[in-house]
Amino acid sequence: MKKAPTPNVGNGVGSSKLHNTLVYLQQHWQLYLIFMLPAFVLTIIFRYFPMGGIMIAFTEYNPIRGIFGSEWIGFENFTRFLSSPDFMRYLVNTLKLSVYGLLWGFPAPILLAFLLNRILSSSIKQKIQLVLYMPNFISVIVLCGIVRILLSPTGMINSLLGTSTNFMTMPSAFRTIYIASGIWQGAGWASIIYTAALSNASKELKEAAVIDGANIIQQIKAVEWPAIKDTVLIQFIMSVGNIMSIGFEKAYALQTDLNLNTSEIISTYVYKKGLLDGDYGFSTAVGLFNTVINVVLLISMNAIVKKMNDGKGI
Amino acid sequence: MSVKKKSEFAKYPAVDKTILIIGYIILGLFIVAIILPMVYIILASFIDPVTLQNSGLTFDFSKWTLTAYERVMSNAQIWVGFRNALIYSVLFTIISVVVTLLAAYPMSRADFKGRGFFNTIFVITMFFGGGLIPTYLLISNLGMLDTIWAILIPPAFSVWNMIIARTYYMGIPRDLQEAAEIDGATEMIYFFKILLPVCTPIIATISMWQFVGMWNSYFDAMIYLNSASKQPLQLVLRAILIQSQPEPGMVSDMQSTAERAQLAELLKYATIIISSLPLMIMYPFFQKYFDNGIMAGAVKG
Repeated sequence: MKKAPTPNVGNGVGSSKLHNTLVYLQQHWQLYLIFMLPAFVLTIIFRYFPMGGIMIAFTEYNPIRGIFGSEWIGFENFTRFLSSPDFMRYLVNTLKLSVYGLLWGFPAPILLAFLLNRILSSSIKQKIQLVLYMPNFISVIVLCGIVRILLSPTGMINSLLGTSTNFMTMPSAFRTIYIASGIWQGAGWASIIYTAALSNASKELKEAAVIDGANIIQQIKAVEWPAIKDTVLIQFIMSVGNIMSIGFEKAYALQTDLNLNTSEIISTYVYKKGLLDGDYGFSTAVGLFNTVINVVLLISMNAIVKKMNDGKGI
Repeated sequence: MSVKKKSEFAKYPAVDKTILIIGYIILGLFIVAIILPMVYIILASFIDPVTLQNSGLTFDFSKWTLTAYERVMSNAQIWVGFRNALIYSVLFTIISVVVTLLAAYPMSRADFKGRGFFNTIFVITMFFGGGLIPTYLLISNLGMLDTIWAILIPPAFSVWNMIIARTYYMGIPRDLQEAAEIDGATEMIYFFKILLPVCTPIIATISMWQFVGMWNSYFDAMIYLNSASKQPLQLVLRAILIQSQPEPGMVSDMQSTAERAQLAELLKYATIIISSLPLMIMYPFFQKYFDNGIMAGAVKG
């Protein structure tokens, strides 16, 4: 990142620099006061003020007394969370949900893109794509509603299997449900980026490979995989960087009282502890713990990308 | 799947044919897996609740009924939800797109002094934030609780969309700007009269994202809006679909608890159809804008 221009007052060069800056500001004030101001103010108020609020994590927060009136208890909230028997469970639930989600969910759109690339008729391909992308526009609530009625004891899945299992109350089924419904909804949409990369694969190279008698596996190895390799890598690294920021909305909408053993993740726990139980200090501490792990992950992933990408980070 | 191109298909060697057939089968299964639940829900939504509960789908049309649709459509809360969702999504899209497009302009200019400073300020927020409780307390202290501003204003500036718009601006030839400056056009005139008109594809894309994002989200509304009259569609749907607590008026005329439960179950099917229909119908028309956006993100990544 470049540094902000700080006028270096005190010597001749500096003051002429200052003068230049003033002239620049006079000519370009609109850039600051009209274009930049709204975004800047919103960012400072709604992004940076809450960062100051992180101090709550180190207090026995009392809403009436405010941040500075509340008792300062240092790291007590953190030790309370880290030493509680639930801590390991929530951390493991969060990690398992996102790591398994990545392992199953990441290859799916790549496979779809390869398959779509082999559809010969472009009008059929378009119709297939229309269907594949459709679930992406269903809201989280409706998706979870669909999942719940399909998996209910009298729902479609049970009638197909001839059973009456209540999957939504089984802790062992939660991850499968979460991940499978995620693939159902998102794999088609996520394949767009790979489909585009595949369409950039050199046509001549592919024709040459076909003339040389290369079969499909050989064509994929020699032509198609090289065309999407970079995209795959970047997407993978970005997904790994986001492992701890797995969303609240879907996990919460798929929770039932009986599957909490596997479905309670850090973000849902933060919400319940903070806004439902009013334990503000503790909840903020748990949230901060999550954010810090996330930042560490992102920074290390960014460093890896920089290394591979000739010094260009994300 | 490739019936029309049979001749082309026949040219493939035997190994390839096997691979292709397996591939087409996988793709076919995936498509069936997408369509089947949708068809099931559409069919089930028309079936008498008792029959559906006891024997599942039936094509005995004497057991078909429009009860569920009548009850969902005559429920006032659903329409309140639709109206609110529409208002919030439109307002949010306008506010957010204006703020984002404006900020992206100085950020796209290499000669903008302070670009690095603003960039740092913005990018940090993509990685680090105060978290749920500090944000909630701030909104509360600002007196925004239970007002629509709580869900419209805080997320209005999207750094990610700003980066995408900036990248797009930077692809516009600089000659345009130089010509405008020579003609004495101010920044404002150049931006509104010259730059924005050639950026409509990316503006459409960002608008779609923001609209659909607001339409489909529920978390902010759940924590900031308490009044029933302010609830967006997704919260109304949550009560019916997730909490199985439809508005009392929707099922209260049923005599037994069992009947009420069965009807509440059936209402879910109709609710899913009615609430998803608008986006499902509109999406094919807007699809290309979404595709554009994905590409814009890809260029950047």
